[in-house]
Amino acid sequence: MSFAWAKQYEPQTALTKWLDEKLPLPRLVYNAVGAGYPVPRNLNYMWNFGVLAGFFLVVQIVTGVVLAMHYAANQAVAFGTVEHIMRNVNYGWMLRYAHANGASFFFIVIYLHIFRGFFYSSYKAPREMIWLLGVVIFLLMMATAFMGYVLPWGQMSFWGAQVITGLFSAIPLVGEPLQVWLLGGFAPDNAALNRFFSLHFLLPFVIAGVVILHIWALHIPGSSNPTGVEVKQESDTVPFHPYYTAKDGFGLGVILILFTAMVFFLPNALGHPDNYIEANPLSTPAHIVPEWYFWPFYAILRAFTGDLSIPFTGIVLIPAKLLGVIAMFGSILLWFILPWLDKSPVRSGHYRPMFRKFFWFGLIPCMIALFICGGAPAEEPYVVISQIATAYYFLHFLVILPIISQIEVPKPLPFSITEAVLGGAAPGGTSGGGKINPEGVVGGLPGTATDGSLQPAE
Amino acid sequence: MATNTAATTEVSAAEEGVRRRDWIHIAALGTAGVGGASLLFPLVSQMAPSADVLAASTTEVDVGAIQPGQSIKASFRKQPLFVKRLTAEEIAKAKADDGASMRDPAKLADRTKAGHEDVLVTMGVCTHLGCVPLGAAEGENKGEFGGYFCPCHGSHYDVAGRIRKGPAPLNLQVPEYEFTSDTVIRVG
Amino acid sequence: MTIRLGGIIVGLAITAVLVLWSLLPGVYNYAFGPAPEKQPSYAFYEHGDGPDGGFAFDGAFGKWDYAQLQRGYQVYKEVCSACHSLKFVAFRNLKQLGYTEAEVDAEAAAWTVPGIDPATGEVTTRPGEPTDYFPSPYPNAVAAAAANNNAIPPDLSLMAKARHDGSNYIYDLLTGYGEPDPAKAAKVGFETPDGLYFNKHFPNVNIAMPQPLSDGQVTYADGTEASISQMSKDVAAFLTWTAEPSLVERRQTGWFVIIFLMFATTLAFLSYKQIWAGLKPKKK
Repeated sequence: MSFAWAKQYEPQTALTKWLDEKLPLPRLVYNAVGAGYPVPRNLNYMWNFGVLAGFFLVVQIVTGVVLAMHYAANQAVAFGTVEHIMRNVNYGWMLRYAHANGASFFFIVIYLHIFRGFFYSSYKAPREMIWLLGVVIFLLMMATAFMGYVLPWGQMSFWGAQVITGLFSAIPLVGEPLQVWLLGGFAPDNAALNRFFSLHFLLPFVIAGVVILHIWALHIPGSSNPTGVEVKQESDTVPFHPYYTAKDGFGLGVILILFTAMVFFLPNALGHPDNYIEANPLSTPAHIVPEWYFWPFYAILRAFTGDLSIPFTGIVLIPAKLLGVIAMFGSILLWFILPWLDKSPVRSGHYRPMFRKFFWFGLIPCMIALFICGGAPAEEPYVVISQIATAYYFLHFLVILPIISQIEVPKPLPFSITEAVLGGAAPGGTSGGGKINPEGVVGGLPGTATDGSLQPAE
Repeated sequence: MATNTAATTEVSAAEEGVRRRDWIHIAALGTAGVGGASLLFPLVSQMAPSADVLAASTTEVDVGAIQPGQSIKASFRKQPLFVKRLTAEEIAKAKADDGASMRDPAKLADRTKAGHEDVLVTMGVCTHLGCVPLGAAEGENKGEFGGYFCPCHGSHYDVAGRIRKGPAPLNLQVPEYEFTSDTVIRVG
Repeated sequence: MTIRLGGIIVGLAITAVLVLWSLLPGVYNYAFGPAPEKQPSYAFYEHGDGPDGGFAFDGAFGKWDYAQLQRGYQVYKEVCSACHSLKFVAFRNLKQLGYTEAEVDAEAAAWTVPGIDPATGEVTTRPGEPTDYFPSPYPNAVAAAAANNNAIPPDLSLMAKARHDGSNYIYDLLTGYGEPDPAKAAKVGFETPDGLYFNKHFPNVNIAMPQPLSDGQVTYADGTEASISQMSKDVAAFLTWTAEPSLVERRQTGWFVIIFLMFATTLAFLSYKQIWAGLKPKKK
């Protein structure tokens, strides 16, 4: 892996030499997140969120394992054991609030991480595999978060389980039996609660496994960077340690201040009051919504209010319920083909004027609109807004992106990262990066680089 | 001379700069270490007994119906409690043994309440490794000393619940209790 | 290439479906259709603002007012507990309200909790102990519904967290009883249904609970005048405590943690800048 100029691990003591021969774990760490991993020197703060996501995964696993020591997955006592944690267990309130808000912060940093990827086209070759694994992690996170939200067995937990498993009942023919199979009954009850607890405990470790693959895949081409120009020479990079460990340490401090502010002062602000009412299978709350991180996708689900039918005949091709479910899952699944939809040779949004306009004035407002509509009651004007935003969402990824990647004239790229940072002082660069450097455009792509020896070796 | 002084100042300034820089890294790492270590506190203490477990509960036992020579088992804070009414011979035997060589010497009078010397209240938990000794129920093995016998590892307790033979280090524990009336005790 | 072509076709198809089958009729109805009718009762709902001056525990530096919590406990004990349980709170927890151990014992003994006769095993009652939880006034949900015109009085342990802005909500609800404006009610044909009571701060203004408090209903030991507003405020404070006993401790810990983190983050920032200082290029 990594670049030819990467520092090599050299064990100093007899013990580390022995360990390096038998089990080169220190070498692995050194090459993965130590001085042996050269990273582009121009990363901005948007590149902090990968490490932060890893941090919150650890927070969730540690607090979760500890909470599981006091929780009981039985519908008769689940709500009571959560209150037992809050009232009787030493620091139980702190651990539970950290776990509940930790989920929210995990999603905050993941969304920033994903949208960093959208803007800087981190999904493009040679990093498609990193992106695909990332989408898998995101899907696993959504499943884990949903099942975790069911565990306190409050009103929102119960009706969330009912509604989300109800999505599967939209599938023709097998839908209804599938929902009954998922729940182990005709309504959420002990069977559903127990299997959700089991899977909620298991999936984070599956996520951790895919995260390892994600990082492994990252270390083959190396990190992307804000210019989108690939690393060419040693002066383009700095060792991960101490440069980015220090920067990530600072970023971690900042996010921890925000996190503890939520945990200790507004622990229930991101939750829903109805979940402090014990589950009641006979009464649905007036306004049920999922947790905030599902709102955009929930809005897409609810945007489809009419059946897809052949006009004037009344023959229903796809009922509205199924249409919504397909669209909701499709909205995330389409990320899997994103690397092949957007084939622009330029990665970074900074050098793509048209792409950048559609990103800031199309995709971002669209996501904000979907977010607001997903949390709002299913009333006008929210339904119409969510329909417009849903239409744009699919248009953006499936139509606009492929077309602009063809017709757009990108801005001139700097010759190298060093040139971008030093402002044209690098050898071979044009002054100030102001002039078009045609080699620079293609030079950033693998296989077309003028100097093959600078390409990362596996 | 002048140049010499200037050079020395420069060197010491550079050294100081290095030291100050190191100090920042050490302070940052040290603070992070303190923060990380203090996280262990809630994570460790959450496993200690919770408030509802620590809340001291009491148990009332009616000892009036127990005949001499009989014992009953009650439950006190999720542990077995033995209440035994001693016969006159047992009291005499226990008193006779008060001076005998024992691992955990104790007098019968110290293990019962004044005026109720025939009522022996002990925890039913062997002080060796926590099994419940036999001897409280009719027909059970009472051991070589006629009191309680722990079958797990062979600890023999005498009629006053004192360890006489076997691996247990201490006598059966006498919990805190009081007589609320002539026939009712309140444990805890 | 096929993926992109397929993507474009699918994207256009989804957009077309949305536009043709739901978007156009939706927009048309929103713009030109009749406005959705709202129930007349919504016209009578008024948003409450909580008690004047707020609560002692409001804000990031808020503290419990123990005298108020004890008064609130008295209101719960003498009024609310007739119908509402408090099942997640134990008598031992009352110690946190500033009662001594002996007072907690006496308070617990004043309540009757379900028990079992040790001789016969029959279900009976006994005086409470500090380790017992507050008893429910009804043996089960069916009994609760039967005694209350089919409306089960909810458990109050978590009420202050189970409603949006719960502490203020409880105060508003208890002070929101009255009669609807007769002229307005006649105009829209609004009538409070039989068996329900008008409360302008209840979401649909018809509540199953009759007005529980009246002036002077309890006699406070500390001489505070027991007005409806005062009792409502006190019991709202008490129920905030039952819902979140760790509230004040949590914020105090929070301040300590945040100040520590700010210090640590400043050091981390200085360390980070120091490490990068040698590398940062001079711009031009």
